[in-house]
Amino acid sequence: MKHWKTVVTAAAFALASSTAAMAARTDLVLGMPLEPPHLDPTAGAAAAIDEVLYANVFEGLTRIGSRGEVLPDLAESWTISDDGKVYTFKLHTGVKFHDGSDFDASDVKFSLDRARGENSVNAQKGLFAAIDTVEVVDPSTVKVTLKNPLGSFLYNLGWGDAVIVAPDSADTNKEKPIGTGPFKFQNWAKGSSITLVKADGYWGDPIALDKAEFRIIPDAAAAIPALLSGDVQALPNFALGDALAQVKADPRFKVVIGTTEGETVLATNNKRPPFDKLKVRQAIAHAIDRKALIDGATGGLGTPIGSHFAPHNPAYVDLTGTYPHDLAKAKELLKEAGLPDGFKATLKLPPVGYARQGGEIIASQLREIGVDLQIIPVEWADWLKQVFTDKDYDLSIVSHTEPNDIDIYARKDYYFNYDNPAFNKVIDELNLTSDETKRTELYKQAQTILADDAVNGFLFELPKVGIWDAKVEGLWENSPIQANDLTKVKWAD
Amino acid sequence: MTAYLLKRLLIGMVTLGVASVVVFLMLEVVPGDPARLMLGMNASDAQVELLRDQMGLNQPLVVRYLTWAGGLLSLDFGKSYTYSVPVIDLIKERLVVSFPLAIIALTLSTLIAIPVGLFAAARRGKAADTAAMAVAQVGVAMPNFWFALLLVYVFAVWLRLVPAGGFPGWGNGVWPALKALILPAMALALPQAAILARVTRAALIEVLSEDYIRTARAKGMPMRAVLWRHALRNAMIPVLTIMGLQFAFLLAGTIIIENVFYLPGLGRLVFQAITQRDLIVVESVVMLLVAAVVVVNLLVDLSYAVVDPRLRTRQ
Amino acid sequence: MSDAAPHREETFGDLVGRALANRSFVIGLFITLVVAGMALVSFFWTPFDVTRLIVADRMQPPSAAHWFGTDHFGRDVLSMIMLGARNSIAVALVAVVIGMGIGVPLGCWAAARGGWIDEALMRFNDVVFAFPALLSAIMITAVFGPSAVNAIIAIGIFNIPVFARVARAGALSIWPREYILAARAAGKNKTRITIEHILPNIANLLLVQGTIQFALGILAEAALSYVGLGTQPPMPSWGRMLFDAQTLMMVAPWLALFPGCAILLTVLGLNLLGDGISDIFDPRARRRI
Repeated sequence: MKHWKTVVTAAAFALASSTAAMAARTDLVLGMPLEPPHLDPTAGAAAAIDEVLYANVFEGLTRIGSRGEVLPDLAESWTISDDGKVYTFKLHTGVKFHDGSDFDASDVKFSLDRARGENSVNAQKGLFAAIDTVEVVDPSTVKVTLKNPLGSFLYNLGWGDAVIVAPDSADTNKEKPIGTGPFKFQNWAKGSSITLVKADGYWGDPIALDKAEFRIIPDAAAAIPALLSGDVQALPNFALGDALAQVKADPRFKVVIGTTEGETVLATNNKRPPFDKLKVRQAIAHAIDRKALIDGATGGLGTPIGSHFAPHNPAYVDLTGTYPHDLAKAKELLKEAGLPDGFKATLKLPPVGYARQGGEIIASQLREIGVDLQIIPVEWADWLKQVFTDKDYDLSIVSHTEPNDIDIYARKDYYFNYDNPAFNKVIDELNLTSDETKRTELYKQAQTILADDAVNGFLFELPKVGIWDAKVEGLWENSPIQANDLTKVKWAD
Repeated sequence: MTAYLLKRLLIGMVTLGVASVVVFLMLEVVPGDPARLMLGMNASDAQVELLRDQMGLNQPLVVRYLTWAGGLLSLDFGKSYTYSVPVIDLIKERLVVSFPLAIIALTLSTLIAIPVGLFAAARRGKAADTAAMAVAQVGVAMPNFWFALLLVYVFAVWLRLVPAGGFPGWGNGVWPALKALILPAMALALPQAAILARVTRAALIEVLSEDYIRTARAKGMPMRAVLWRHALRNAMIPVLTIMGLQFAFLLAGTIIIENVFYLPGLGRLVFQAITQRDLIVVESVVMLLVAAVVVVNLLVDLSYAVVDPRLRTRQ
Repeated sequence: MSDAAPHREETFGDLVGRALANRSFVIGLFITLVVAGMALVSFFWTPFDVTRLIVADRMQPPSAAHWFGTDHFGRDVLSMIMLGARNSIAVALVAVVIGMGIGVPLGCWAAARGGWIDEALMRFNDVVFAFPALLSAIMITAVFGPSAVNAIIAIGIFNIPVFARVARAGALSIWPREYILAARAAGKNKTRITIEHILPNIANLLLVQGTIQFALGILAEAALSYVGLGTQPPMPSWGRMLFDAQTLMMVAPWLALFPGCAILLTVLGLNLLGDGISDIFDPRARRRI
């Protein structure tokens, strides 16, 4: 009897799903290379957390749009006091968390206070450093007072690390994330996939997808067969390198090359000899052939940069010509620096394709001027420890993916060990300036100083290689922040 | 026999104890800080220190060893640094992939190897034997990850018969799950089958040269009957030994195959944990695998007695 | 392998004759010599310089200039295979030397002394054997940093108990023999007996095990390099070549084909050689494992 029941149910199910197939599909499987360590965007730096949850499950007061613009999210509108210090947010009403509890101003206060509190393990605690107080005016109004005016405050609130969580579920979000977004978390098969489904009674614009699965696919070698066999219908941001050619040729797929905020640099320890000599750094800059590097490490898709700034930013200046590829000049500079026979150094590479492949190419290019690099591959944990924290390195290759982060060069004890008072002055001034023309001018100055000083080898802006089924619409083309916003995604009929 | 098994049991336990110390100490010297890894480049040192406290990383070495080893005894493996869930849960989730995979691979390997071994032994020295053993030689020499790549491109990308990788979970039906395990099992099984076929053949040939078999043959018993009824049974000891070793190997040795097929098994778990410095997971999984080897060895010892009753009294 | 192994002296001619008649030995030796020859030649000549990456020439199919084509950095694959042979052989050989150098004395010592020393060695072996070898090698290389040297150490450590066990088993079967008893009666000490009588008699066993471990070492190095934990660039390695090639299987299949075949052939050659040696020294033993 039971057996029959199963058969009937199965048949009914098959019928149901075949009729469903007539209409547009409402499910999507996306491949991503790294698995999030947990699912709480307010308690970890891993980009993979935001790539699953940002805008889908969790929402902030503001959010970042597909072109990097600041959009209202849970805050329907806001006013800013004349001195630029007091922000009053008007919140949407009728918003519910996925566990059924109501969202109101107290949740906003809780989330912001938690993120900046003493025991906070928020990975971007600095975003909230300017906040002085957060006050609940009424259930749908929040007043945030800053210690000093901050031009980027609304942008900061749009980061994944600033999403609004509920006091009851904040501690369990790592395992079972509860947000206010259009998708709710369904299941996490560790090491394999994370499934989101449409949330009932979403406050905002309705979404087209019923179900989205993020499948963990560790590398391009596995991603290509998964895509070609149809197991996965989208790889929103996946470095496929030379293998991209075979996907491009296939009409079933759409390949979209977009921009990211990732300035890829040959990070240089500016205090460690011989890199403390400007001439040595200039020699290295002259020895690098960006064209060959971009072809070999990104399949020709990266955009060359001459300083630490994104080429699609309006304040960008093209400084790639500061130290053109010129081996004779490079050797000359080495000789002037007292190193006519070159020298030996190490190159520590984190476990990402652009670094590992780029490293091999850089090592080969520097060998031409007698600089012999020993390649040391490291895992991220070792990289963070050895290179970033202990500054025990000569050279490394890494992409700095935080948007608008030229100010890192002004930070004390940052791992480049770069310290230039003139540059710091520009950044200080920038922080106090809100006039856009003036800011652009200062940004240009900052870029030029870094380029002239050859602080790092400035290599290329990391491309965002998105591949998806030709019938899928609405995925982000560019990557202004690391996210896979699925709210506008649908299958074309 | 009982005394012998008791001795083996004792040895197994000592092995586990020593292994736990070795594993723990080895991972102590691993560079890299799991707390810094979780918080990333923008967190301050004070924040990292706070998280280290919360994770219990600032306790003395001996305390941490005893906590961990004590936990192992009660199957409480502690909490994963990265996933912040009990390690035992992670292991359970992964075992439902790795264990069936190892079983399927071993079954496949046995089903191929024993008949081939029998066939080759029966035709010893003839062309068929030479050909079978030549193929086996190639099978032994084949790097399994390379073989796996070839399988993916033929069966998944080209013929589209099975998925290229990943695992849908047993919750979505047995057949899709089995389908996902077919290629990895083949990639694992064939090199193992090649080894096992060679062992089977060699063991059979050794048994066939013994007097009682010659007598049986002389009495007119057909070769096939001799092989199945007498020789195979007596050749089982080396075959079982190798199978035991292979099962242990398959449970752990799937690490690279799991990477090729991105299967969420134990091997991937431990590989990922090593790179993420989730040391407590690495320690626990390695200990579990060591324990598996010890148990399998005990079972093999025990099975000798079942296969060959003479051994029961010999000790 | 049995106690009744003949102790009559055999002429060298007998041995060579048997060797040349042994098909496994001849084929195995041939393949091994080709690979070793390739590795030796690579010390002073390769068709192209693989440390110079000419990105513009990348992924060219096999041609008259590049017999095996070029890889994703424009390097000549044949040159890389030659250097890869050197690398594989170096790693596997040193790992075997480590295993033999430590394992054989340990095994012989245990066999000579017996008692608790023997017991302790066997228990040590149990512990090492209980560790999944490849996983442990991955752990070791991850802990101490990925490099060829650490790969050698990781593989070498697991060779120690193998050789210790073979040496011990071999030595134990020799000790009760009459000529050993005679030597002891003549007042020779155990170390001297081990060196003069035991080692020469177990040399063939060790040689066979050596070729097996050599082959396994090559596979292990390939596997470690495949997951990025073995040999590091710019030194080419067959395992790394396979890793780099796997995403390009459809675009440039030769990149996966040649290193894979190189590994397969080398391991095959060594295994055949080991089988052959085993047959030659002990023609009646058919324990081909």
